[in-house]
This record gives sequence, C-alpha cells and structure tokens, in this order.
Amino acid sequence: MNDPILEMRGVSKTFFGIKALRAVDLTVYPGEIHALMGENGAGKSTLMKILSGAYRPDPGGEIHIEGRAVRIEGPLGGRAAGISIIYQELSLAPNLSVAENIYLGREVSRSGLLAHGAMREGVGPILKRLGADFLPSTLVAHLSMGQRQLVEIARALHVRSKILIMDEPTTSLSAAESERLFALIRQLRAEGLAIIYISHRMDEVYALGDRVTVLRDGRLVGSLDKPEIRADTIVRLMVGRDVSSFYKKDHDPKAGRGHPVLAAIDMADGGRVKGCSLTVHAGEVVGLAGLIGAGRTELAHLIIGASPKISGRLELEGRPVEIRTPGEALEAGIAYLTEDRKALGLFLDMSCLDNINLAVLGRDAKLGWILDRDKARERADRAFAGLSIRAANVGVPAGGLSGGNQQKVLLSRLLAIAPKVLILDEPTRGVDVGAKSEIYSIIDNLAKAGTAILVISSDLPEIIGICDRVVVMRAGHIAGEVSRGPNSPLAQEDIMGLATGMEHLDA
Amino acid sequence: MPDKGAVGAKPASTPTNGAAAETRRQRMRMLISALGMLPVLLILCIGFNVLSEGRFFTGQNLGIVLQQAAVNTVLAAGMTFVILTGGIDLSVGSILAASAMAGLTLSKVPELGMLWLPASLLTGLVFGIVNGALIALLRLPPFIVTLGSLTAVRGLARLLGADTTVFNPSIPYAFIGNGSLTLVPGVASIPWLSVIALLVILVSWLVLRRTVLGVHIYAVGGNESAARLAGIKVWAVLIFVYGISGLFAGLGGAMQAARLYAANGLQLGQSYELDAITAVILGGTSFVGGIGSIWGTLVGALIIAVLSNGLILIGVSDIWQYVIKGLVIIGAVALDRYRLQGSART
Repeated sequence: MNDPILEMRGVSKTFFGIKALRAVDLTVYPGEIHALMGENGAGKSTLMKILSGAYRPDPGGEIHIEGRAVRIEGPLGGRAAGISIIYQELSLAPNLSVAENIYLGREVSRSGLLAHGAMREGVGPILKRLGADFLPSTLVAHLSMGQRQLVEIARALHVRSKILIMDEPTTSLSAAESERLFALIRQLRAEGLAIIYISHRMDEVYALGDRVTVLRDGRLVGSLDKPEIRADTIVRLMVGRDVSSFYKKDHDPKAGRGHPVLAAIDMADGGRVKGCSLTVHAGEVVGLAGLIGAGRTELAHLIIGASPKISGRLELEGRPVEIRTPGEALEAGIAYLTEDRKALGLFLDMSCLDNINLAVLGRDAKLGWILDRDKARERADRAFAGLSIRAANVGVPAGGLSGGNQQKVLLSRLLAIAPKVLILDEPTRGVDVGAKSEIYSIIDNLAKAGTAILVISSDLPEIIGICDRVVVMRAGHIAGEVSRGPNSPLAQEDIMGLATGMEHLDA
Repeated sequence: MPDKGAVGAKPASTPTNGAAAETRRQRMRMLISALGMLPVLLILCIGFNVLSEGRFFTGQNLGIVLQQAAVNTVLAAGMTFVILTGGIDLSVGSILAASAMAGLTLSKVPELGMLWLPASLLTGLVFGIVNGALIALLRLPPFIVTLGSLTAVRGLARLLGADTTVFNPSIPYAFIGNGSLTLVPGVASIPWLSVIALLVILVSWLVLRRTVLGVHIYAVGGNESAARLAGIKVWAVLIFVYGISGLFAGLGGAMQAARLYAANGLQLGQSYELDAITAVILGGTSFVGGIGSIWGTLVGALIIAVLSNGLILIGVSDIWQYVIKGLVIIGAVALDRYRLQGSART
C-alpha cells in the first residue's frame, strides 16, 4: 500500500478534566474507505471536530497529512489542510443556488460584481463528474436531501480536498438515494480520495468499508482489515466494557411485577414512529434501546401528547385514556423527563424552587391561583434533601447548577406529581459519574415503590445495569425485546444486534 | 451525536467554601439586578436639581413629574407582561386613542354617561385579546400582529370620532385626570393619576410574583418549549398578557380623556408604545423574555419622566431632547445585553 495520507499519533482531548479522547492513533490511506464506529459518546465527533479544526487537541499528539506535521486551527483550518466534513445536518444555504453554495466564502467577482456566469461554469465539470441531475443555477431549496448531499460533496471536491469525512450520511436518505451515494463514494475512492465514513449501520460498513476502526470511551480499541470485518467482532469491540457495580438494581421485577400500568398500542406519527406497541408494568423498569434516530424520543413524545399521532391508543391501568397535550399526560399521572433538559426541560433563569414546583403550582395554590409559598418552599427543601441536590439554596437560578444537579431538579418536578408512569429520556446524559449513580438509585427506589418506569438510553451498559427488560427500536419499529434469563443478564450483543439489524447477519 | 465529554463537562459539586462565595456572588448579582437603574434615576434627579439651581426638588415640580409619568407607567406595566413572555406590543398607543375616543363618545350620551370609564377599559381589553388570540392561536409573530393593529386600531380611533376632536367638558369622574388625593390637608397631596399608576404597579406585582399565572408568564418567556412540555397552557398565558396590555392601554386612554376632557383619534397616544417599551427595557426586563420585574419598569418610567422634565427645566431645546432620549434607548438596550451576559442563560 502507498504512503498514508493522514496519520494521527497519540491525539487526546480533555474537556474540563474529562478525557473525551485518549491517545488515539489513526492512519488513513488514499483510495480507501475507512469506517469509524463506536457507541454514542465513544469520541467519534470529538475526533472529527479535531480534524475540522473546531477543537484543538491536547498538546502531545501529532497529526501528519501526506507525511508533514500540521496544526489544524480554526474552522477553516481543516479545509486548508485538505479535509472536508459532511455533517449529518447539511450546512447549505437553501436560499442560494448550487453554484453560490459551492463557492460560498470564495466567491468569484469581476470589478466588485459577482461573476455568476463564471461560477456556474466553474462548478459544471464537477457536477457532471458526480452525475448530478440538476443545474448549477438551481436553488438548493428545490433539491432533495440526496441531491443536497451531492452539492456538499461537490463543494469538498471543488476545494480539492483529499480527505472526505462523512458523518452518518444516509440518515435522511431514501434507500435508492443511499445506493446512489454508495456508488459515488466508491467512484471517489477509485479517484484516490480517502474517505472516513462514520456510521452506526453494520450493513453500510459491510458494503463500503475497506477498514474499520472502533472507538470506545475515547480509546481506539481496534482496527480491522477487510477480511476481519465481522459483525460479532465489531459489536464486541464496541460494547466490550465492564458493567461495573455502580448500577443499582435492588428491586425484583419477578417477585413484584405488578399489573400493566401503561400500554401503548400501535402508536404512529406518520414520520419517525411507524406503529409501536409496548407495555410497562407497575414496579418494572423497561429499557427502550435503539440507535439515534430510531424513533425512541418521538415515541415518548407521542405517548405524552407532545406531538400529534395519526394512529394508536393508550391504556392506563387497563382503562383507555385520551391524551392530547403534555398537560393532560401529567394530569393522568404520566411524567416525561426530556433528553434535552436545557432546551425543553428547565427554566434556566428561574429559581430551583420555581422549577421544582412548576407542575403542581395550580394544585397547591390557595383560592385556585394564589401561590402557596410555604408549601412550595417545603417541597423544594424536601427535594433538595431527598435527591441530595447540591446548590447554595433553593432560590438560586437552575442554570447555575451542574448537569447532574440540574437533572435532579428536573426530576424533582416530575416526582412532585407522584407519577404512575415515569418516562426517562437519556436520564444521565451530560451528568457526572457521582450524580449518575444517585439517579440510578432514585430510579431503583421508585420502582420499588411501584412506579412503572420506561428508560430511553443510548448508553447500553446503563440500560443493562438498571432495566428488567429491554425493548429495542429500529427505524420506527419495535425490532424486538430482550429479557433477562433466569440466571443470565441482558446481553449487549443481542440489543446491539436488534438495534443495528444485525441479528440476520449473525446467524 | 454529542460526545459525553463535550456535554457533561461541569464539575461534580461545589465545595462548601466555594458555595459560600457563590452565594455571595449570587446575592450581589441579584442586588445589582434588583436595584437596576434606581441609582441612575437618583443621579439624574440630583443632577437636574443642581443644574436647575434647586428647581427640581420642589413639591410642585415633583407632582408634575409624577403626573407626567403616570400614563406611561400604566402602559409600561402592561408592556412588562408582554415582554416578559418574549413578545412585544406595538399597538398600545393606538389602543389608548381608540379607548379614549370610545369613552368620550359614550360620556356624551345622556343616560349612559357614567359608563364611559368601563367602556374605555373594555375597548382596550377587547383589542388586547384580539392581539393575543392572533398571536397565540394562529402562531403569528407578535411584532407583525401588533404592528398591524397599531395601524388598524389607529384608523378605528379616527373613525370613532368621525376624524374630529371629541370634547366633553363635563365628563364624569374628571377628578381622576386633574384631582389630587389629599394626604395631609394643605401640605401634601398626590395626583389621582399617580395613585392609579401606583395601584397598577402594585396589582401587576401581585399577579407576577404571587400567583400561579405569574410563574407561568416567566416560564413561557424563559423557555416556551419547556413550558409547553411542563403542561402550561401557553396559548392562555399569551392571550392573558396581551389582554392585560390592552386593558392597561384602555385605562391609559381613560386617564388621558379625563385629564384633557377631549380626545383626538389621530393625535392622541402617538408613539406612546415607544416610551412604554423604553421604560420596560430601562427597568431591566430582558427583550428575550423571562427576566425582569415590575418595579424596574416603574423606575424606567420615572427616568423617562425625569429626563423630559429635567431637560425642560434646564432649558434644553425640544430638538436636543429627542437626541438625548434616543441615545437613552440605545444605552438601555446595551445594558440589556450586558445584563444577559451575567445571567444563567449563556
């Protein structure tokens, strides 16, 4: 094989004392498709952002491009070094034409006026080479997602990038569009480009990858050459980590499994969720696993009435209920902890006290609407003590707290209504290790008290550590269910297999 | 696909001595934001008093300042509700004119004259609720909706008086416009207009700080999506705040009508919305919503009144008054930015 085009040696990245990447070595050759895999949070994005110049790596590591040591700095640094990245969310301006997008930031002008003609002619050959079925003058807004991706690729080729990084490029593409994209990627490989292909989907990695590198917890845990690429090997590399004892699960689902509390039947939203049914019993912790984009959060939103459903019904303790708004869900006793606590959960400028009491203000109020401040204060104090929330006092704005404490404040708001069903969406995302284990023991205690709990999580060890059984979603459908055997724990490989659609390939 | 390292980056917990320092800092920050522009108001008063050789701090002049501040205070109180939700109400000046016209017209009807005051309030309330309904139910941007009603309601105000000035020298309740409440007979009194303005501030404070609705208003302004997920009826909150803004504009119209015994649909209340917005922003209420207090608005309205009064006292020309007031508006927005930097929202 010829000389590597990209060599990373001992590249690390630390965020506020937390190692996101630990001494990663990565070698990429021209004319190869290098698949990069790993669980959510394994460090793929961080690695990519270092290559694009968005993050600066810790001192000590080296990056060589075509044998020369380079420092990639600032958002344009990656492009200057010959690296282009195509993000999941495309970064095109829909109100501009194809040619204008390709030339964005490097417009051609003649005596101060934009040379539209020259720019259109300039992109013509590249578009032809990519087999584009649209004109340089077409507005990007009129293009399909697949065509837009083509424009992004054209932009990368136009700046003569030698390394193309693609982050889950097929998430928003149809099957036919994906096929066309694969053909194009192979064509670019034949032309000598190095392509780093980030994906969760095993079938894509199978179809495309010349080599697979797997990251886990910020470490590079293995690089496989084409003949070694096998589903079981990759899955083992991705998940092979100890489930340590800090997951707390004392409640016994077998002994205490109660009546069905929540039954969602055939829920669909016409988009991400395509007919899903699940049941959660009293005192049971059910995991909802799946890849990002599988429709887990969307299903939760359907259940609590945060988005409109086109079909499906809910039963609460055996009786049908109609829930159209999150407010009605709360009244019915279904509480939902959002995955995005800053954007959808907390009121960062408001005090912890107000944040905790928000859902029960009306219930506590005197004469229906005068705040009962003593009761609110009492409730907040109790939450602070019960969940050991660490903040100066209940009056400080929630935005000033650490991630873990913010999460506990938000959780307190939900617990204030004494829910029958608790849906937790990524309950420990962005939460430090200490608070994580505290949250696990809160979940455990709630289950002991008979609450029906549904946990959505992308953190497999977490799901396995705290759940009694796991429902796995894939592409809007329930792909299957994994249960604990009499003596065997939940198997990560089974969950990953269902989530990626690998159960067929494994057999 | 966020990396855990990138998101979960905050230290686990604050050590206790750090917590104490943090509390002190919090208190300091809260004190600064609570005091807000009060020091500026005091400095302005003292400065004008010195420059005018003691003519500012006289009982008579202070009475004039309070009276001049009254209508704007009432409008700004309503505006505070709206801006706290992250919205804006550009139509208050026009609603004020329409309400005054409606009130004056009714006051001339022999049997129903006494009803002019509630009629003014009701007119304002109805226009406000229409604004709110368009914004909350049709999800139209507040700026556009109230810009539209600024124009449309102005037209209706002219229509109400057939585009003339309506007079009624014997309007009932005229005392609220020109009378004073005697505190100590012969020594101290306070204009009824100012009493009304203070009552409005007090009621607003009660609603914002002591009721469930108040918390919901702050919540909608702080994070509308989260408010919706938390089960708050966002549409009801929005209709309420624009309704209140309209109601207070109607009250302002009644105050003006009682003071002038007359109203003109074309001229009355022109660009009052700008003074009201300025007062709210000067008072430290954030333009993006969720942060602010009604007391700040009171201080903001007083600053505007003191500026107008003081500049006249020291003989600054009408033209320069415009320039100076304009610069104050820009300075206020700059302050708003600066304030936001220090808050939890970063």
